[in-house]
Amino acid sequence: MSDAARLLTEDVSPAAEAEPRRKRLALVASKGTLDQAYPPLILATTAASLGWEAGIYFTFYGLDILHQERFRKLKMASLANPSGPIQIPNLLGAVPGATAAATKVMKRWMKRSRMPDIPEFIEMARDLGVTFFACATTMGVMGVEESDLIEGCNIAGAAAFLDFAATADVQLFV
Amino acid sequence: MTPPIDTTRVTSRLDTSGLLCPLPVYKAALALKQIEPGEVLELVCTDPGSLEDIPALARQRGDVLLGVEERDGSQVFWLERGGAG
Repeated sequence: MSDAARLLTEDVSPAAEAEPRRKRLALVASKGTLDQAYPPLILATTAASLGWEAGIYFTFYGLDILHQERFRKLKMASLANPSGPIQIPNLLGAVPGATAAATKVMKRWMKRSRMPDIPEFIEMARDLGVTFFACATTMGVMGVEESDLIEGCNIAGAAAFLDFAATADVQLFV
Repeated sequence: MTPPIDTTRVTSRLDTSGLLCPLPVYKAALALKQIEPGEVLELVCTDPGSLEDIPALARQRGDVLLGVEERDGSQVFWLERGGAG
């Protein structure tokens, strides 16, 4: 490669050598059960603690995690969840009360382990500057208003999230 | 046992005994932000994952892990804050 070609292909602008770009984590949270709400919040708060930028795109049932009322009432599915906190034959997971019982056990486990609950995790993530993207399509489909969501959500579609995720170092779908 | 570092350099202490991931890392990061670059945080963890997590925290944040000591059931880390936020 000639020197001229090298100059054209290499980024030698002073800005590029200044402060190194922060690493970025982009997550999709698509599930709204209690157990599935934890992993994206754990990963995002950890990333922010490491000094990374972090953003979570809450879509479909995952949007419940940003819902002012529903985020306190997320449930643990007892049906079709052989790893659930109550080990019962799968069919019995459908009986009335089974979901409530599994939810109660999961909450007890979390409390005993001194893990924050979902609203507390949301608060921690927000204090650390994690970006919350609320899926606009989900809001339209499920009839969720902006006033139903916790404050500070970034209502956005897939393009805006992909724009954020395009320069992310880690992208995960939960 | 003699700690692997000069503990007179410690300016801040944090005990995360009984807490699980992500709390030791989260609380350690908050504590590191509250000290000046070059100052040392003494961190106690009981989460077995901390032996991997705290070195990772230091690498990613740009802090220096000066030493680790295992005491019955817990780990003690000495972290010197780097220049990063």
